[in-house]
Amino acid sequence: MVARAVDTVSRGTWMSERLDVRKTYKLVVNGAFIRSESGRSYEVVDASGAFLANVAWGSRKDVRDAVAAARAAQTKWWSTSAYNRGQVLYRLAEMAESRRDEFAALVAASEGRSSADARTIVDVAIDRVVWYAGWTDKVAQVFGGANPVAGPFFNFSLPTPSGVVGVVAPASSSLAALVDQVLAPLATGNAVVALASHERPTPALLLGELTVTADFPPGLLNVLTGTRDELAPVLCSHEDVDGVDLSGVDDEDVAPLALRCAESIKRVVRTGFNGEADSLRRLRGFLETTTVWHTVGQ
Amino acid sequence: MSGELVRSSLGSLSYDPAPESASLARLRERYGLFINGTFTNPDEHAQFASLNPATETTIATVAQATSGDVDAAVRAARRAYEDVWSTMPGAERAKYLYRVARLIQERARELAVVETLDNGKPIRESRDVDVPQAAAHFFYYAGWADKLQHAGFGEAPAPLGVAGQIIPWNFPLLMAAWKLAPALAAGNTCVLKPAETTSLSALVLAEILQQAEFPAGVVNIVTGDGNVGAALVEHPDVNKIAFTGSTEVGRAIQRRLSGTNKHLTLELGGKGANIVFDDAPLDEVVEGIVDGIFFNQGHVCCAGSRLLVQESIEEELVWRLERRVEQLRVGDPLDKNTDVGAINSAAQLARIQEISASGEVEGATRFTSSCALPEKGYWFAPTIFTNVSQSQRVAREEIFGPVLSVLSFRTPDEAVAKANNTTYGLACGVWSEKGSRTLWVAERLRAGVVWANTYNRFDPASPFGGVKESGFGREGGRHGLEGYLDV
Repeated sequence: MVARAVDTVSRGTWMSERLDVRKTYKLVVNGAFIRSESGRSYEVVDASGAFLANVAWGSRKDVRDAVAAARAAQTKWWSTSAYNRGQVLYRLAEMAESRRDEFAALVAASEGRSSADARTIVDVAIDRVVWYAGWTDKVAQVFGGANPVAGPFFNFSLPTPSGVVGVVAPASSSLAALVDQVLAPLATGNAVVALASHERPTPALLLGELTVTADFPPGLLNVLTGTRDELAPVLCSHEDVDGVDLSGVDDEDVAPLALRCAESIKRVVRTGFNGEADSLRRLRGFLETTTVWHTVGQ
Repeated sequence: MSGELVRSSLGSLSYDPAPESASLARLRERYGLFINGTFTNPDEHAQFASLNPATETTIATVAQATSGDVDAAVRAARRAYEDVWSTMPGAERAKYLYRVARLIQERARELAVVETLDNGKPIRESRDVDVPQAAAHFFYYAGWADKLQHAGFGEAPAPLGVAGQIIPWNFPLLMAAWKLAPALAAGNTCVLKPAETTSLSALVLAEILQQAEFPAGVVNIVTGDGNVGAALVEHPDVNKIAFTGSTEVGRAIQRRLSGTNKHLTLELGGKGANIVFDDAPLDEVVEGIVDGIFFNQGHVCCAGSRLLVQESIEEELVWRLERRVEQLRVGDPLDKNTDVGAINSAAQLARIQEISASGEVEGATRFTSSCALPEKGYWFAPTIFTNVSQSQRVAREEIFGPVLSVLSFRTPDEAVAKANNTTYGLACGVWSEKGSRTLWVAERLRAGVVWANTYNRFDPASPFGGVKESGFGREGGRHGLEGYLDV
């Protein structure tokens, strides 16, 4: 009786309507969770229009910081053995697996799906991470090889990463698309600056959070939120970005972004999310080929 | 003999001219366009002169295509694609390509003379590199035409359709082969646009295609200035543009194609670093440096135009190099003894002169061979800049001429940092007897090609192409098919 009286005094209905602790989702830049340097944030709502989270509203300066962090991380990432890179990406899948419920809740809320549908999306996404993790030490053999040149040379082609890759995720998909767009360049040795869906950013930010516990080098995957009109052009114009995946951009919006990419001869990938052919296009899309000729003689 | 005697007798050696006969070229006086399997009547087109840059005389006149001509060429290519080439069994396409390879060999001497007359490159190079490599490219890709399902792009990789191909003037026939052979093997049809100053060998290739009884419209060749290339890039029924040339033009093409569904590959400029470590065999290094920058008058996108030499051997290497360069024979490209031929055009000569002048203004030390230059024609004596800093134009800009800039380094890390300190990333050389160090450096160079203890080697089986602002896509090898398949 006493305890109940106390409850009534303090809240009355705490068992059923606990006041929730609202999370502010921050940008993931250089392995840290930061508010935008601009100091801005925005409210994200779920599919029914109810408040879901506060999210940092990134600026052009945040894009530049993320690119600088990605450049530094890429050097480190590529100097790691392919085996270890696979382990790190697999570790991300492990981390995601243990947060399946949280991912599913965010996907369900963001996309307005049943929890069963959201679970399927999350499970498929985690399985995709595993699939990409397995690519790290296959890339050189599948995409490279020895070339039989006519002369006393040993000649071989090594697939090498383009470097820093920008990713623009689609507005509609909160997790599945981004996982493909991000994991493909990571698996081929690139570092990534990803621009998450403006309307549905929380699963992407959760993925970004997990990289810190999955032994990602700081800056290897940076996740930004904000408005696409403000941030995507900065990403596409940045001279230290080597390629961009614009698959999340609608047909009518792609031309001005692609035009910016031309200034520094960026690699531009724009493809679907429909299975293996698209995934291979993404794997190849941010791979260069370095061909080495070495003399052979006594 | 003492070393001194050897040197003085070498210095006094002279060579009698050994010229190849210009009449072997058998060129027509006037050329039309090659559209739908036939040459158009030259009278239907405005004609412009193709000059021999070694003499400034007209070799033949060539048609300036209009946008209407480009449209006719694309239509012919589309018809040939729909009706013949995309439905033909790969084994049949292969046999057509083998025929072309053989015919290039049959007409090799003629093609070499045409190339040297039109381009200005030494006959030794057109005879030993350009023409045999062009034939080899057709041979190599012929074999792929019926094996595409084994190329690693899925079970039935589809061609793209009509490919528009724009090529430069430095290796006119060879670049035509690099473009046409993989595109045709993959099942595409082509509209080829040669460089304005070097159309002739492509037009001889058109005759070869007729000899090979290629189906009409599978390959079309439209000649003229940059407007022709622009019309091709903008044509709505072209599925793919493949361009080799300057980064500036490549950027303009990428801009034009932004937001379209046209496929694009670009092979652009370079500022290749040739890195020499102190344990490298210097005699071989000197020859490699010379091949790297003076081959084809330095008109090579992957030229080793920056020599990065380890500080401890810089003085000796530069001394040996200058002595060697002094021996290069510069002059008549048709002479089989000539090492360095004519600069391809007055415009290119002006550009080389302008950047070289900037080198002196910016404080670099200039060495230029004292060789005599012919009175007529476009010539630039082999030149080496020392005391070059990374910020100078001669260290940053692609000169595309026989001009070498020498920089030094102390550690492997510094060599890599300096080599990569460029917006380009096409090719580099590494010279060392220590294999582990060579591979360490090769792993860190951001370049599409790394030559270890050699330079400027090409082979149809070897993928070629750049990173960063040197472009994207590869030509040669299995990789070269990717740019012509819908994968």
